[in-house]
Amino acid sequence: MSDVITYAPLLLQGLLITVLVTVLGAILTVVTAFTAGLARLSQHWWLRWPAGVFVEVFRGTSLLVQMFWFFFALPFFGFQLAPLTAAVLALGFNEGAYGAEIVRGTISSRAAGQSEACVALGMGRALRMRRVLIPQSIPAMLPPFCNVMVDLLKNTSLVSLVTVADLTFRGQMVRSTTGQTTAVFLTILVLYFVLSSLISLLMKWLERRFALDRRPKSRRDQPGPLVKAGMPV
Amino acid sequence: MIWDSEFALSILPDLLQGLWVTVQITLAGTVIAMILGLVVAVIRFSRLPVVSQLFNFYVQFVRGTPLLIQAYCAFFILPNYGLSFSPMATGIVVIGINYSAYTAEVYRSGIHDVPPGQWEAAKALNLPIGATWTRIILPQAVRSVIPLLGNYLIQMFKDSAVLSAITVFELLAHAQAIGSNNFRYLEPLTIAGLLFLLVSYPASQMVRRLERRLAPAH
Amino acid sequence: MPPHIDTESAPVPESTPAAAREVMISFDDVSKRWGDNEVLRSLNFDVKSGEKVSIIGPSGSGKTTILRILMTLETPDTGLVTVNGETLWDVKPGSRPKETKQMRATRRHVGMVFQQFNLFPHMTALENVLEAPTRVLKLDKEEARQRSVELLEMVGLSKHLDHKPPKLSGGQQQRVAIARALAMRPKVLLFDEPTSALDPELIGEVLNVIRELAVSTDMTMLMVTHEMRFAEEISDRVVMFDHGSVVEQGPPGEIFKAPKEDRTKSFLHAVLSH
Ligand SMILES: Nc1ncnc2c1ncn2[C@@H]1O[C@H](COP(=O)(O)OP(=O)(O)OP(=O)(O)O)[C@@H](O)[C@H]1O
Ligand SMILES: [Mg+2]
Repeated sequence: MSDVITYAPLLLQGLLITVLVTVLGAILTVVTAFTAGLARLSQHWWLRWPAGVFVEVFRGTSLLVQMFWFFFALPFFGFQLAPLTAAVLALGFNEGAYGAEIVRGTISSRAAGQSEACVALGMGRALRMRRVLIPQSIPAMLPPFCNVMVDLLKNTSLVSLVTVADLTFRGQMVRSTTGQTTAVFLTILVLYFVLSSLISLLMKWLERRFALDRRPKSRRDQPGPLVKAGMPV
Repeated sequence: MIWDSEFALSILPDLLQGLWVTVQITLAGTVIAMILGLVVAVIRFSRLPVVSQLFNFYVQFVRGTPLLIQAYCAFFILPNYGLSFSPMATGIVVIGINYSAYTAEVYRSGIHDVPPGQWEAAKALNLPIGATWTRIILPQAVRSVIPLLGNYLIQMFKDSAVLSAITVFELLAHAQAIGSNNFRYLEPLTIAGLLFLLVSYPASQMVRRLERRLAPAH
Repeated sequence: MPPHIDTESAPVPESTPAAAREVMISFDDVSKRWGDNEVLRSLNFDVKSGEKVSIIGPSGSGKTTILRILMTLETPDTGLVTVNGETLWDVKPGSRPKETKQMRATRRHVGMVFQQFNLFPHMTALENVLEAPTRVLKLDKEEARQRSVELLEMVGLSKHLDHKPPKLSGGQQQRVAIARALAMRPKVLLFDEPTSALDPELIGEVLNVIRELAVSTDMTMLMVTHEMRFAEEISDRVVMFDHGSVVEQGPPGEIFKAPKEDRTKSFLHAVLSH
């Protein structure tokens, strides 16, 4: 155990990289989720289709395959990405694709009734989306997004496999130098658990804030089914 | 030309073999996850003082930690205590346990949705608790969550690629090996991705259809 | 179709007058409260073997609670409840009773028909009836099956053996539920407003079955109902209930034609003036 403590600074460095990857990944996830999710709700096929393909490809294949592809295969097209960049891109696009379905699902589940009211008020599509549908849908999006963010954190451990020196990567290093397998892995297992619990707490806090900022929610403001029959794919 | 079709074709049989391993892992992992998850869900539901809390923590902890680290723990730690298994067996058990935490939640929601009248009717007929679970509650609870379980099955299929990190020779590991042997990663990784998509996309469409079909029941 | 009960599977009532028979159900100082709401106030109440008793009273007066305590779906706060001379509940004030072997054995004598039927939706009508006899009584498969078919015939559902509950009308579902309860050969059968979840045109078919049971079997029947005319017709005794205690009780003729208590009068007036 004392060996591990000697190497604690190394693990701490790794922890910081894990946090960094998580934060960058989270930003890209949110941007991707809203871009692709709103594009899938667009009335223009040339926005809907590419977004649909993007979402299905990133949800339908393994994150690790995507990460390896960005890291090992993209150079064949002449792009050599830094490990961190490849890792964050894969994480953000993958989790973003799941997020896009949340964005699309929550908005379209309340679109019907609200849209009619907006049309009656003479509001255009863009205005309706920006002023009514998106703000209304945010509280309902938060719980599923909490799952996405916890997933993101856990999946950052995969970046170690493309040589990003995160917590997992450092853990492997310390394990091979000290041979203290049990102590090292149990330590990082607990660290990940603490981090994911923190994310859950943070998201819960956000949920409460949004619930307080807006008027009390009715029972029906629960997130709707993620996939609605008859939606354009 | 960046893409080498001839090379791509030549590695396809090898990759298909990898896909078959991935499918096997998924099926075996699913069996573990479905059964273990059910046991965990029933135990949590029965509200035995300490035991329920223990299993609550189990679910929280497994869901709160990465599959990769869980796999490392099983792969590197267990042999130190004289427990060595093949990477494949280790991988299957790890992914099965990992997903049991998710299926346990799914079952729980299914059990929760069975109307209280069903419990009462079973009691009024003096059905013993075991028969009440196996004959009355679970058949209804499981039926309503089959689509959700299906989604997790597909998710497991994709997640099993992580097990390549503990030397399980599944689809991604095949692709990697081909890549490093030939110094060409584009074709094997792209085909691996397409194979994942080829299975998971139709599968999730099927789950969607199932979802719509089961929805009006109850 | 009026149900026909074959007299072989159900014994004809003995000619012993009700008063001379032994006590089947007894409540002895039973109390139950939900927070500040006193649902039963040291209730004392007996039902004789073979007696058909109807409980009437305003909503929230605790009628359902009595039946649910008898079925052990609810726990009394204090009091003694016996069925067939065996203890079902013996609760001292302040103690939290647990389910005991004794309780399970005593509960065997009791069956219940629910307001919402509570059929098992994933089983056919026949499977619903067959489930308990095979699992609990461990009857021989073929024998149990035959009897279940007979019971379903008796309630007029021989054409619907293989239908699942969602395919049946409410009246048919409730008749399956009655057959299901009878399959356990209970000494006591409880009915909690068996027709109040039904469309008006379906009430008659269920009441016919219950009437048939009342006249041709020796089962003790305890029924909560808002069907006053039906209660008058089939009951040996009607119990008027309010605020967790018995207001007055007696033969149906007495209670319905010449109630003594004001509360009974106003309740009957309110119910019958519809
Ligand atoms: N689980 C419970 N929690 C709190 N209060 C309850 C519960 N069950 C019953 N009560 C209360 O106990 C009282 C008696 O209920 P009960 O169901 O026995 O009445 P009832 O006479 O059957 O009425 P109704 O004619 O409406 O069926 C009611 O005031 C009811 O609100
Ligand atoms: Mg009631």
